[in-house]
Amino acid sequence: MGDDLTRRSAADLAGLLAAGEVTSVELTQAHLDRIAAVDGAVHAYLHVSPDEALATARVVDARRTAGDELHPLAGVPIAVKDVVVTEGMPTTAGSKILEGWVPPYDATLVTRIKAAGMPILGKTNMDEFAMGSSTEHSAYGNTHNPWDLDRIPGGSGGGSAAAVGAFEAPLAIGTDTGGSIRQPAAVTGTVGVKPTYGSVSRYGLIALASSLDQAGPVTRTVLDAALLHEVIGGHDPRDATSLPEALPPLVAAARQGLTGDLSGVRVGVVTELSGDGYQPGVRASFEAALDVLRGAGAQISEVSCPHFGHALAAYYLILPSEASSNLAKFDGMRYGLRVLPQDGPATAERVMAATRGAGFGDEVKRRIILGTYALSAGYYDAYYGSAQKVRTLIQRDFAAAFEQVDVLVSPTAPTTAFKLGEKLDDPLAMYLNDVATIPANLAGVPGLSVPSGLSDDGLPVGFQVLAPARADDRLYRVGAALETLLEASWGAPLLSRAPELSGSTTEGSAR
Amino acid sequence: MSTISRDEVARLAGLARIDLTDAELTRLAGELDVIVESVARVQEVATDDVPATSHPIPLTNVFRADVAEEPLTVEQALSGAPDAEDGRFSVPQILGEEA
Repeated sequence: MGDDLTRRSAADLAGLLAAGEVTSVELTQAHLDRIAAVDGAVHAYLHVSPDEALATARVVDARRTAGDELHPLAGVPIAVKDVVVTEGMPTTAGSKILEGWVPPYDATLVTRIKAAGMPILGKTNMDEFAMGSSTEHSAYGNTHNPWDLDRIPGGSGGGSAAAVGAFEAPLAIGTDTGGSIRQPAAVTGTVGVKPTYGSVSRYGLIALASSLDQAGPVTRTVLDAALLHEVIGGHDPRDATSLPEALPPLVAAARQGLTGDLSGVRVGVVTELSGDGYQPGVRASFEAALDVLRGAGAQISEVSCPHFGHALAAYYLILPSEASSNLAKFDGMRYGLRVLPQDGPATAERVMAATRGAGFGDEVKRRIILGTYALSAGYYDAYYGSAQKVRTLIQRDFAAAFEQVDVLVSPTAPTTAFKLGEKLDDPLAMYLNDVATIPANLAGVPGLSVPSGLSDDGLPVGFQVLAPARADDRLYRVGAALETLLEASWGAPLLSRAPELSGSTTEGSAR
Repeated sequence: MSTISRDEVARLAGLARIDLTDAELTRLAGELDVIVESVARVQEVATDDVPATSHPIPLTNVFRADVAEEPLTVEQALSGAPDAEDGRFSVPQILGEEA
């Protein structure tokens, strides 16, 4: 049993734990062993915390033996993106400016993970301050796609997606500002959910763009994502943007979807998120998935969202503007790096500039300068002001669309995983990866990516489902239905077709 | 059409408090020019009759109960500081020579 524990879903593992067929210590150790075997090649983790994880596991096992009432996911290990602060565990956000920083407090979602008794395996790699779509902007080296180690795992949450995709964790936390949960899920053949804005607390997330950021689950199954969303979601008085109402029933919606019946569900295909720029193999996989939904009883129609064509431009004004403000706190005074100027007086202002010049990477500098430009006198109305108006138009597009349909769908990303280095010198080409995921962030609506199959290049394709704000349950119902029907046609989960990684020879063919 | 010159990047970097090398200034000027030209598209549809949206799901009057909570200890707050002294952050001189 030991060798195939890492291949099981979190829901299955929770069942094994509850039935006493496995202990959390065994489960946690199995994942630590897997990390030791394959993370040299994948580099999904920036920090692994075996001692803390095993200590949590021992406590949970003891409580279970004592007959305590436990959370359903108690004892199931998890990885956390390095943009989420963890007390006593290094947190860098992928930046040199925070190298070695150990936060004195936990993010609310981490508090909830700990309260549920879930061992934290470590912190996952990411683009610096979540700026990027390939994880190549990490200051600590690339993460590699488990499907092809020469390709990108997506970004910014490539570490979390690769960790889950390479069976180095059954669950992970991501954050999604413009697609950083969903696009990595798409290119690694995993599942990712960006909840409704305010559904999961942002307290303790190192902010990139506060009006866009949202944390969410990174998993291998839709049901697992629902289970994790229910752990981390719900109102938090420490986040003034946290929605006051309770979450809709997400796990129940996923279980309903697993029946494979979508009778009467109205599904809208977004006209503007298809066609030119989307690879033929991506389009073919998407079309085949639509046929599956049709077969499940869903009513498919095409819906136009005319302003989505301007979403990318609006996003690359709003995000840099907010980021330039949020990242002003990295001033070399209270935490993180401090660099003294090479000559001249060491005033606070000059120390700050020297620290930021040395501590920030290229993409972070690029976006801070861009945001400073967009917010500067004389340009504010033309750029930032106009972008905020586009945001209104996109919200109106969503509102009109959701009067006609229950969910909207599109390919999650226009291409499959590209080669490491391929787009690194062309920022605009890199930004285009998020063209289909960005509208949801601008409007605050939830989105999910679930694998729809392999493209003609043998790499995974993601299928995106979008729902109205506060209706995250619809994502889980439609996503789980598509997942279960596709897996039935394939005979196995998509990830079973990923190549074995070096070091996994001891794993056998068990799954 | 060049909208962002090298000098403009240097001015912005000063505002943003980021020291940039000569090579960075030159490269960023070229890159930002391309990016700004692309994102300027927002002006095509941002007409006067469209209100601006700053927040995806606006909430108003968000209060928590007026109950004191345990703050970080001084030790915790200073734990990540580059320099600390006598329970305080130790920072470089705030004012320049001319002040």
